[in-house]
Amino acid sequence: MYRVLLKVENLTKHFEGLVAVSEVSFGVNRGDILAIIGPNGAGKTTVFNLISGMLRPTSGKIYLNGEDISGLKPYHIAHKGIARTFQTTALFDQLRVVDNLAIGYKLRTSSGFWSTIFHTRRWKEDRAGCEAKIMETLGFIGLAEKALHFVSTLSQEEQKRLAIGVALMSSPRVILLDEPTGGLIQEETDGITNLIKKMKAAGLTICIIEHKMRMIMDLADRIVVLNFGEKIAEGTPEEVSKDQAVIEAYLGGDYVA
Amino acid sequence: MVLQLIKQKWFYLAILAIALAVPLLVPNRYFFQIIIISCIFAIATLSMNLILGYTGQASLAHAGFFGIGAYGVGLMTKAGVSFWLALPASALLAALVGFLIGIPTLRTRGSYFAIATLCFGVIVSIIAGNWVSLTGGHTGVVGIPRPSPIPLPLAGEITFQTQTAQYYLVLAFLLLTLFVMHRLVYSLQGLSFMAVRNNEVLADAVGINTFATKMLSFVVANFFAALAGGIYASIIGSISPSTASYTLTFNWLVYLLLGGAATLSGPIAGAFAIPILMEYMQFLEEYRQLIFGALLIVVIIYFPRGLMGGLASLRVKAVNYSHRRKAGVPSAAESGKPDQAF
Ligand SMILES: Nc1ncnc2c1ncn2[C@@H]1O[C@H](COP(=O)(O)OP(=O)(O)OP(=O)(O)O)[C@@H](O)[C@H]1O
Ligand SMILES: [Mg+2]
Repeated sequence: MYRVLLKVENLTKHFEGLVAVSEVSFGVNRGDILAIIGPNGAGKTTVFNLISGMLRPTSGKIYLNGEDISGLKPYHIAHKGIARTFQTTALFDQLRVVDNLAIGYKLRTSSGFWSTIFHTRRWKEDRAGCEAKIMETLGFIGLAEKALHFVSTLSQEEQKRLAIGVALMSSPRVILLDEPTGGLIQEETDGITNLIKKMKAAGLTICIIEHKMRMIMDLADRIVVLNFGEKIAEGTPEEVSKDQAVIEAYLGGDYVA
Repeated sequence: MVLQLIKQKWFYLAILAIALAVPLLVPNRYFFQIIIISCIFAIATLSMNLILGYTGQASLAHAGFFGIGAYGVGLMTKAGVSFWLALPASALLAALVGFLIGIPTLRTRGSYFAIATLCFGVIVSIIAGNWVSLTGGHTGVVGIPRPSPIPLPLAGEITFQTQTAQYYLVLAFLLLTLFVMHRLVYSLQGLSFMAVRNNEVLADAVGINTFATKMLSFVVANFFAALAGGIYASIIGSISPSTASYTLTFNWLVYLLLGGAATLSGPIAGAFAIPILMEYMQFLEEYRQLIFGALLIVVIIYFPRGLMGGLASLRVKAVNYSHRRKAGVPSAAESGKPDQAF
């Protein structure tokens, strides 16, 4: 058991000449919420894409509980226990809420082709496990009433909850949330904030990208600040909000209030 | 919900009863033959539906695999191998070829995959036409024996010389295919196919090995395509390169799109309705193609989920409407969408 569950070391990503992420290192403690903040184009989403395997790092390493997972394929990293959501909400929009959740559970199951054809005991166990987890998750994300609705009939906020639900279905060790309240009004933002607090209370380790400073100061245990792909500060919300470099680069001189 | 399930059960039982009674209902041998071929093509269309409808990968190699099954069974049974050995052997061969073809082609997406598989399909029919010593070239293989009789413990054996016996044989294989497709589609495995179709990036992110998922769908689809081809060869008795031609693929594509892709009833409805309609429209001669072309365009634009998909969404609308009327609350689809699973 490492206290630092997720660790990135000197993570770097070049896009033909553009340095999107440069020598970034940080760790996420077990059970903590770590926020990554920074101006538009700072490289936050790229860091998530590197951790979740959607992009290969140009250099640098990623460790989960001490195990090197850099450069693995996304589905492989999901199996290791890292789940994520996307900045522009990604769902299976041709399917219903329950179907979306069930797909999130797939990696917990082991039935293959033959078990599926013959409805073996393993298949039945997998199905029972899936149904139980769906019920639990529906309650957790507050979408029980919409279980059989198609994704296209959900509001934007409900879709964001569902995207988190899909990620939770695999019982991940770490969950990466990319702007989970992007485009929502204040009231809806509070709803998602409460959901994230509930996730932390349930023992999850969370890494979150957000622009809404009030929300982050309230939620985060630690904050990493990126600017032009480089880490310019790291610390508790108080430390970061007093940091001179951060104030200049990002928050603007008169933010700290 | 429960009432609906019971109603559905009766509906399926009624269809099954009609299917079993077909030999009593057909007006003549010619029409019976059309029904038998429709059963075989329904198997091909159902399997095409798995890779194209549910998994979203437009494989146009389907007739190529149908041809592998047909030539496999034709050549093996003529050489004296039992049909009951030749059929699974040919289907497994097609599955293996599909696996090998899938390794490069399934890494491509969208129209690239369609073109790559179309090329493979064309290559199969070219080989069938030109490897004269094996395939008989453009004359093909003739005099293929009927399926070998099945010995019964006490009362002789089941032979497949009559149309009625042949019909029950193809019906049994159609039901087997439908059973396998049903089990696959209504499971987490089926949801994984749809996940890949709907959003491959997200599927990957939630831990689905998208390449392996597409491969499974492709291999199973090709297995059943070849199964259909093998039965076809043995029932019809002669095959030629046209048995592997892409025109067959496009016919099935039309059955699939008109009937309703990503439904289980759609491919079957398409495979029966269209050939039968074609027969009744004989007098229109060449114009039939024109009419079906126009119909296809209309369906793709206005009923993108085909006849069965369209019917299902109408039902959903009706259910929602009556819910709203009764309860005064909006309610979305509770039933109807055919690709709902679990
Ligand atoms: N796949 C890609 N190919 C090329 N350039 C990319 C790619 N992804 C990101 N970039 C570039 O890398 C930089 C960092 O982008 P990134 O999306 O990580 O920013 P961000 O911090 O998430 O910004 P925002 O707050 O707007 O979401 C940007 O200049 C962006 O244009
Ligand atoms: Mg971003």
